[in-house]
Amino acid sequence: MATTRARISSFSRNVSTVTSQNPGLKHGPNGTMLISSGIPDLDKILGGGFPLGSLVMVMEDEEAPHHMLLLRNFMSQGLVQKQPLLYASAYRDPKRFLGTLPSPASSKGDKSSDLSHEKDIRIAWQYKKYFVDSQLNLNTNNGGQQDYCNDFDLRKPLDRHYFSGSNVDCVCFKDSPNLSALQDRCAEFLAKLSRNEGNISSAGRIAIQSLCSPQCKYSNDEWHMLSFIRSLKSMTQSSNAVVVVTFPPSLLSPSCSLRLQHMADTLLSVRAIPDEDKELAKLLTGYQDMIGLINIHKAARLNTQVPVILEATTFSIKLQKRRFLVLECLNQAPVDGSSGSSYGTSGGCSGSSKVGTLDF
Amino acid sequence: MEQKNWNLLDESLGLHINDDAKPWPLCGRFVLVEDCVDTSAAFVLHHILKRSFSSHPSSAVLFLAFSHPFSHYDRVLRKLGCNLTAQRDNGRFFFLPMLMFQCPGEGKPNHDGLASVFEQIERVITLLHQDKKSISIIIDDISFLEVAANGSSDDVLNLLHYCHTLTSEYGCALIALDHKDIYLNGDRTAVILEMEYRADILVKAEPLATGLAKDVHGQLMVLNKETQHQHGITAIKSYNFHFKIKENGIECFYPGTKIQ
Repeated sequence: MATTRARISSFSRNVSTVTSQNPGLKHGPNGTMLISSGIPDLDKILGGGFPLGSLVMVMEDEEAPHHMLLLRNFMSQGLVQKQPLLYASAYRDPKRFLGTLPSPASSKGDKSSDLSHEKDIRIAWQYKKYFVDSQLNLNTNNGGQQDYCNDFDLRKPLDRHYFSGSNVDCVCFKDSPNLSALQDRCAEFLAKLSRNEGNISSAGRIAIQSLCSPQCKYSNDEWHMLSFIRSLKSMTQSSNAVVVVTFPPSLLSPSCSLRLQHMADTLLSVRAIPDEDKELAKLLTGYQDMIGLINIHKAARLNTQVPVILEATTFSIKLQKRRFLVLECLNQAPVDGSSGSSYGTSGGCSGSSKVGTLDF
Repeated sequence: MEQKNWNLLDESLGLHINDDAKPWPLCGRFVLVEDCVDTSAAFVLHHILKRSFSSHPSSAVLFLAFSHPFSHYDRVLRKLGCNLTAQRDNGRFFFLPMLMFQCPGEGKPNHDGLASVFEQIERVITLLHQDKKSISIIIDDISFLEVAANGSSDDVLNLLHYCHTLTSEYGCALIALDHKDIYLNGDRTAVILEMEYRADILVKAEPLATGLAKDVHGQLMVLNKETQHQHGITAIKSYNFHFKIKENGIECFYPGTKIQ
């Protein structure tokens, strides 16, 4: 989170300064520039957003399209800020996908107040102490960084004029025999954004959906995909762009999947939760509102050797009013018969940082 | 040599031994550093890099960077108190940027790519050897090298073997990073097994079994195979300790002994 990041080095810059010339960028720690992921909560968790020059990998759940939520918001955020975008997917008509992107919420003011109001009602009394901080954070976040990061209304499609411009490029890699065509397009795209000293005029975004999907002809050639990602990573490192790649780890051999995970600067995984999991429903508060879980395996650490240790690594994905994507810490439900006195065991959202499929 | 604050990692690698005949204690040895997705061991490379520069004025480093650009290492090492740009200008630091290096694809002889890499390495080493420098070759990291070689583990092992011969021929130190978890599921274990066999010092970084923590970033296991030729016995010293990575160095401590 923002506070922990700032504490790592006494020389790091103030994390929350939005640069004057470009509202879509802000200074991160260790001389990096950050762009928003399109999800305010994810930005907050990662300490501001995705640093320019980083490779973000999202591990898909093969049974649910939750990775699309991250990808859509990431793309929309770039389009709203008029940043160049390259979108590649195995769909036959990738341009059509742009019509499904969410639009930024129009009236921000009443939305955030609604949000906090709703929360007040729902919080069980013993969890109140945990929520004070995050509530404050949320408010400052919404107030100060409107330009940097928008809330997106998932039910309202993005206005056409955002993506009809010339700064949007779409590639379909379904029928291509290998990835060299895509690699050339990425190289061409990134060459325009190459990093030179001084001011950064614009930041680009590359979104690649389901890279290793089985309908592609090269999907058996894992080394080809690995070398594509490796060259993409090295091209990105010297440019002002962020690349988000989603891939289904279960369709790859374990070693290939692990190699991809090692290559990622920021590694996320999404997982759907089954509708009727009685045990989980008993365990977690707000289970019925959750649509999935997101795991943060790795946060980018460019220009530093210190790992980013997050307060928690698993968050629930929820839809606020069926429109807004929010991420929340998991809250353990009060256990029957021991209510009130179980502070030590029901650590709630603040003390959890275990590695596991689920952590509390 | 001036008194330094040696930490447990230095002791386990034998860096604290003060021997005038051998200004850089890792000379002639192969250090293999292994890590996993949860715990990166890149800091061990940074630490060795820093120590090699401060060990003796005649030491030099050849760095094969497959995973990060120069600016990354420059910033990291600057915070550790070591100026790579200045060392590069002094001729003590040779940085080979391998980010875009890719062996030619199928159909063409694959060895051309890695052979050219080795030629570059050898050229630098012979040049440095004339100046009587104690040289370290650092590779970051082997898994990227494999991808660059299109997955040909034989070629990778050949390159490492040739680099290893340099350690006996010129007395270089070879330090390489690899990701252990990639090989754990059984297929293609030849690379890691052969490297582990060849390594004189094995450094393994693992996360704590209890998960991530703010005060302890993980644990290191160092196996130091000290060769004692007079009796024909190979003694293996092993060290286990926890570490915490900071911008300006690392803290190493035995489990439970950290003083806040």
